[in-house]
Amino acid sequence: MTNVITVPPSLDDHSFEQVLEQVAPLPDDAKLVVDARHVRWASPYGLTALLTFAQTRKVMPTLAVPELDDTASYWARAAFFQHAEELYELRGTYPKRRDAGESSVLLEITPIARSDDVHDVVGRVQERAQRIIKSELKLESKAIIGFAMTLSEVCQNIIEHAGQGGWVAVQSYNWARRLGRRVVVIAVCDAGLGFRKSLESTPGHVPTDRWDDAAALEAAVIRGVSRFRDRGRGQGLAGTRSYVGRWKGKLSVRSGTARISIVPSWDDDVPLAEGLAAFPGAQVQVIIPEAVSETEGR
Amino acid sequence: MMQQHIDISSVLRQTLACDLYSNLVTRKTGAAVRGQIERLLDVGPTTGHALTVIDFSQVSMIDFSCADEVVAKLLLRYADEEANEVYFLFRGVTDDHWDAIEAVLDRHGLALALESGDDVRVVGALTDGERSAWDVTYRLGDVGADDVAAETGTDRANALDALEALWRRRLVMRVNGRYVAVGGMRHHG
Repeated sequence: MTNVITVPPSLDDHSFEQVLEQVAPLPDDAKLVVDARHVRWASPYGLTALLTFAQTRKVMPTLAVPELDDTASYWARAAFFQHAEELYELRGTYPKRRDAGESSVLLEITPIARSDDVHDVVGRVQERAQRIIKSELKLESKAIIGFAMTLSEVCQNIIEHAGQGGWVAVQSYNWARRLGRRVVVIAVCDAGLGFRKSLESTPGHVPTDRWDDAAALEAAVIRGVSRFRDRGRGQGLAGTRSYVGRWKGKLSVRSGTARISIVPSWDDDVPLAEGLAAFPGAQVQVIIPEAVSETEGR
Repeated sequence: MMQQHIDISSVLRQTLACDLYSNLVTRKTGAAVRGQIERLLDVGPTTGHALTVIDFSQVSMIDFSCADEVVAKLLLRYADEEANEVYFLFRGVTDDHWDAIEAVLDRHGLALALESGDDVRVVGALTDGERSAWDVTYRLGDVGADDVAAETGTDRANALDALEALWRRRLVMRVNGRYVAVGGMRHHG
């Protein structure tokens, strides 16, 4: 029997939960048709999570591609179909990949499996990030290096901890909900070990009474705990939090059945969501918003 | 005293066997670059003092993981090592490098000597006593504990403790019973 999973018309980190909730009651070898025909928009998180989702299935799922030309065209520019062809049976017509050019795509969906991939990604993003961060987000120059550092560190976590490859994408767009400003978003997704299992692999790890995905995320994201004993470990996420805080951004990390967020004043998300539908690995999103002048809003 | 200059971007390109990358990113790269630096230091003199200038001028950026490997672990490796006194002076460190370097110095409680224009200053985790002692040592060029005590208004024992701590951290050199700040010999000609 084939199960149809409906993808919401606007696919982001929150609405992707609807995909997982539909899948949750099904066995992991269930035959799925992921129906994205009516999707109008997808964030970098939505696109990378869709690829990651396919990697979690024992039977290759089918993906019914978006029917709207603009949507399909954007997904092609983001290199989604190029990678989806390996993970899904694609149903429907879709354009061939075109160069992102002068688009909101700072970094097309890129696989991260080795250290060289991180070098490549950082190198490719730097020039485009400079343009976006200065002219569109109107942030100071020092935000550019921090952005590249953040990108490097969140990608490295795949290599250091996931146990398998993952995906990264970077995009700028208007964040309409509450903020009404331009943002640049980094999404890094993998279907690997996840935070809980990673920390459980620490020699001598003794789980507390309340040891679960949420506790693991708190340990790693808030307290900087790493599975490595080396004192220098855990600085990547700590540095990312610092960068996000300085530029009034948002950091979300989802792993297993929980999601932890550093929530800025312009967002109404919850700091910790538990009891989510299970999803292996780790999915990280960093959002950096446009600067607001002090006179704005008077 | 043996002096050596290490251009980090050259080491990076040799390590990666690639001319395209000028970014110090990833822990693996940092470990490889540090390994190469250590090999370069190992072929130097095995006794006495060696001043190594670590030059970041051609490095575009450094992330936290790389800074931990290239800066922190390098300093930790040579601190307190009696057989081979290696001192580091960091050059070409800009704002683009500083966030990552500052974070790892803070994490490990480390400090380093940083070339700043024509001067040298010491940055990172130091006690007030250590910082004052270093400043005096740099300013005067060649000091004993009595000199530092007189300049900082502390007693000789505290001044000596501070100088010895700075020496163990390889921020001052101990020469014939006196102390010279890293980068200080150049400053005083």
